[in-house]
Amino acid sequence: MNARETILKTVAMNKPELTELPDMDLSLTIQYPDLIQQFIGIMEAAGGKAYYENSRQDLLNDIAEVKAEGKFMINLLEDSNAEEWASLTASELEALDTCYLRAELGVAENGAMWISEKQMSNRLLPFICQHLVIVLDPGDVVNNMHEAYRQIDATAEGFGVFIAGPSKTADIEQNLVIGAHGARSLRVYLL
Amino acid sequence: MSVKQHAEAAQEFIRDEARTDWHDETLWFVRHKRDKAVNTLPEWEILRDWASRIKNHTLSNLDYYLRNFEEKAASNGIIVHWASDTEDHNRIIHKIIADNKIDKIVKSKSMLTEECHLNEYLQNKGIQILDTDLGEYIVQLRKESPSHIVLPAIHLKRQDVSETFHEHLNTEKGNYDPQYLAGSARHHLRERFIESDLAITGVNFAIAESGSFVVCTNEGNADMGVHSAGIHIACMGIEKLIPKTEHLGVFLRLLARSATGQPITTYSSHFNKPRPWQQMHVVIVDNGRSRQLGRADFRNSLKCIRCAACFNTCPVYRRSGGHSYHSTVAGPIGSILNPNLDMEANSDLPFASTLCGSCSNVCPVKIDIHEQLWKWRQVIVANGYVDKGKKAGMQGMAWVLSNPQVYRMAGKIGRWIMRTFPFMLNNRLNVWYKQREMPRAPEKSFRDWFKENK
Repeated sequence: MNARETILKTVAMNKPELTELPDMDLSLTIQYPDLIQQFIGIMEAAGGKAYYENSRQDLLNDIAEVKAEGKFMINLLEDSNAEEWASLTASELEALDTCYLRAELGVAENGAMWISEKQMSNRLLPFICQHLVIVLDPGDVVNNMHEAYRQIDATAEGFGVFIAGPSKTADIEQNLVIGAHGARSLRVYLL
Repeated sequence: MSVKQHAEAAQEFIRDEARTDWHDETLWFVRHKRDKAVNTLPEWEILRDWASRIKNHTLSNLDYYLRNFEEKAASNGIIVHWASDTEDHNRIIHKIIADNKIDKIVKSKSMLTEECHLNEYLQNKGIQILDTDLGEYIVQLRKESPSHIVLPAIHLKRQDVSETFHEHLNTEKGNYDPQYLAGSARHHLRERFIESDLAITGVNFAIAESGSFVVCTNEGNADMGVHSAGIHIACMGIEKLIPKTEHLGVFLRLLARSATGQPITTYSSHFNKPRPWQQMHVVIVDNGRSRQLGRADFRNSLKCIRCAACFNTCPVYRRSGGHSYHSTVAGPIGSILNPNLDMEANSDLPFASTLCGSCSNVCPVKIDIHEQLWKWRQVIVANGYVDKGKKAGMQGMAWVLSNPQVYRMAGKIGRWIMRTFPFMLNNRLNVWYKQREMPRAPEKSFRDWFKENK
């Protein structure tokens, strides 16, 4: 018998009597009076920076500044070359400074944002860039993860990720260090 | 037996009192952060209940969900492998490496690959794996093992890390700044991510209905590795399954809050299909889990989602350090998982507990950890795996406690000795005197006092 059959047979033999899945009443889960305020507060606590009031102009300034610095940036917000980015390898993206992309949804309880593969065009982009800039429609902020999974289709594409802040580590004496292996900063424009 | 027993290893750990206190306080701080995060959700207990029932259900139909996962994953282009034990697991991974002629490999945190001693296995075949989680990277450079499943280098101080990095990465000697040290590791590891051909990850949750899996990190190291490399191998125990995508809502809400007090990890990556030019493999490992499933008293330890909340709250773990558990998974949960893997070698672990029950109270999936510790003790004694001294002591104690007159007499003698000849107890032969003062003996027993005062 091969490993697969042995495992499945032993599991079938040893498993306990069938129990039921819980009937999850999601009305019991947290709802926030002000979704945007909650989202911004918790996202910034995780090391991100939110722009809300003048976000349209702030975003234009942001893009103009990075452009002026002459650094390698990829702007997926207005880019028609998404196909071109898709095939770039890690060594080609190594010098990427700033990446702009749109998130599908934000979660108020934890500041996480869902980015589908289509939105990132290349799976490496949100991770390999030094600075990540996400644009999120404030109307797409939901209360909690249960609502999030109802709204997104997490398995529609090959890959998708919830991102909640810049990369970080506390592996040295529990000291928080922002900028572990992924992006070193996160700016979020709600517009 | 060459491996030191828990008490003996712990004795070495606590020799440096200041450091022991620091370890204790640091982990208690993490536990405190967990409490703060948990208290923001009025539905916390409801979530625990759902999580526990989802996992119970999954275990009660696990063969179905395993087949379901395999079928869907395969239809998504993922290659599924099955491994009965550590040897199978390591051989499968080695074969993928050898078949593809790979020599640059990065690995993000996977306790399963630690359990299988994959690094050593491949090293013996001349293949080097680089651990990329910062904590794991540190302990790998030091040729140590992780002392905590979420915080692998929690036993080390910044000075230790600084010395290690100075030796291996040529960082500035005497620079203890965590920002500088982590930055140096980032710089060094970036190159390794970019040139890697193969990336190994663990799996936090595998979803049966879609054949996809989720990997959670704060550092982004799993994603940097797998999206750079042409081959991704994800390793999972059979107990990582959950039935549906919507169940992730429950588990992702519980995991990071329980682990570090964060509302969610920075990255929760959902893998469904490989990229067109990429190979994606999943290795499903049993290694004793199906046997544990058959032990009615212990099966629900398989609900564990590896958050380590039970480590951080445990008064014994905090003051004895992860290495004293001589196992990949330390702490209270390790003490109920490891006897299943090797009862004799791990017979000391269920005794490394005060049975205070704090572990069970913080467990996000409601594993009755302290009750299982107590049950394992009985199984271990019945199988003859306790040393003669402990066995004789317990038998003597049982005799005294079951004979009221003997018990009263022993109490009287004990109190008299403590008052009259304290040196007979306050000496090195008495293990209870080590690092403690003996209490002052009362004049009379509670029973006598109660008779007079009722």
